[in-house]
Amino acid sequence: MTEKKNDKLFIIIAGLVIGVIAAALAFAGNPKNMGFCIACFLRDTAGGLGLHKAPPVQYIRPEIIGIVIGAFAAANVKKEFGSKGGSAPMTRFALGFFVMVGCLMFLGCPFRMILRLAGGDLNAVFGLVGFVIGIFCGIFFLKNGYSLKRTYTLSQGEGCWMSMIEVVLLALLLVKPAFIAFSEEGPGSMHAAIALSLGAGLVVGVLAQRTRLCMVGGTRDLVLFKETRLLWGFLAILVAAFITNIVLGGFKLGMAEQPVAHTDGLWNALGMLLVGFACVLLGGCPLRQLVMSGEGNADSAVTVLGLIVGAACCHNFGLASSPEGPTPAGKIAVIIGIVVVLCIGIVNTYVKEKAADTATDAA
Amino acid sequence: MVDARGLSCPVPVIMTQKAMKSGEDYYEVMVDTGAPVENVTRYAQSQGYSVEAVDKGGEFLLKISK
Repeated sequence: MTEKKNDKLFIIIAGLVIGVIAAALAFAGNPKNMGFCIACFLRDTAGGLGLHKAPPVQYIRPEIIGIVIGAFAAANVKKEFGSKGGSAPMTRFALGFFVMVGCLMFLGCPFRMILRLAGGDLNAVFGLVGFVIGIFCGIFFLKNGYSLKRTYTLSQGEGCWMSMIEVVLLALLLVKPAFIAFSEEGPGSMHAAIALSLGAGLVVGVLAQRTRLCMVGGTRDLVLFKETRLLWGFLAILVAAFITNIVLGGFKLGMAEQPVAHTDGLWNALGMLLVGFACVLLGGCPLRQLVMSGEGNADSAVTVLGLIVGAACCHNFGLASSPEGPTPAGKIAVIIGIVVVLCIGIVNTYVKEKAADTATDAA
Repeated sequence: MVDARGLSCPVPVIMTQKAMKSGEDYYEVMVDTGAPVENVTRYAQSQGYSVEAVDKGGEFLLKISK
């Protein structure tokens, strides 16, 4: 454990590398302030597979494939790959679903929230405020004993599913059979070259696996344990993306006419409140869930499926915001999401507090 | 002895934190490989404890002592 002193330096360097890559991808063809967005890219992938029919947001994003495969490879090299699962899969699915509802209200996951801030999009400040409030809501339940039961070791194949799915997605991306839909205009049509996106995803996947990078973990651990390591990763991404945007001319300060964003501050905040709250109850942000699905965690894989189904429903039912603003149905969905996540918090904190194998620690 | 096997972070750290309120000089925590090992170790070290990690094949026994 002598290398612990270097922990902070490692995550700062990793955050800087990830920030530069993420900002640079937007100049290589990805939508502005969207070098990475786990929510948007899962949504695009869902569209590419025909799970929703919103023409502007359909593309199998190689960044997602790279992240999962990169995490799978890094976990195997470090002998950390392990098939695990069985911890409240449907609750995790529901949390994943509503994380996506919140993300598509705001128009970005926590990762893209950082990139929007780094690009000068002040609407993301409202998102950040909501996000932090949501994290505090989750921390309240954690402090009072919230836990989603234990995971158990599963057969080796179980943990490989998400990585295998990503390989199939890569094949579909490269072959592009007739049943796959790719956007011809809108954000889905804007993307860097496949090799570049895939390579960027692989690098981020490896770095995120090694550093345990998590966008909710920074604030959460600071409040709970006065632990700043993950927060340094968060800040390093912000600084590196900000500097890269300045150098490449992608910084535009203001609220109006920001790329793939709307100006409704209240709903930007409430969307990210839902995301922060649900992610704390899940134990990690969408990026972390992707990475853990690559490490063999079947519960995280189910969470990713929840995110994908959530994205499909958001576009099929008109819940997703657009640059014109949120939709009435989307607002209702976010409120429902906050209530559902609140209920999940209550049930898994108070109702089953005396269950035999949860957070009760044998003396 | 804190059994935090199969629990996802930050729950193992919270369990360790709660256990440490008793102020003893020695604790044992069982965790899964990966992030829980690092997080519990980091927390214990921040509280002035030293940590010895014993590999139990997919799980780790953390011996935490002053």
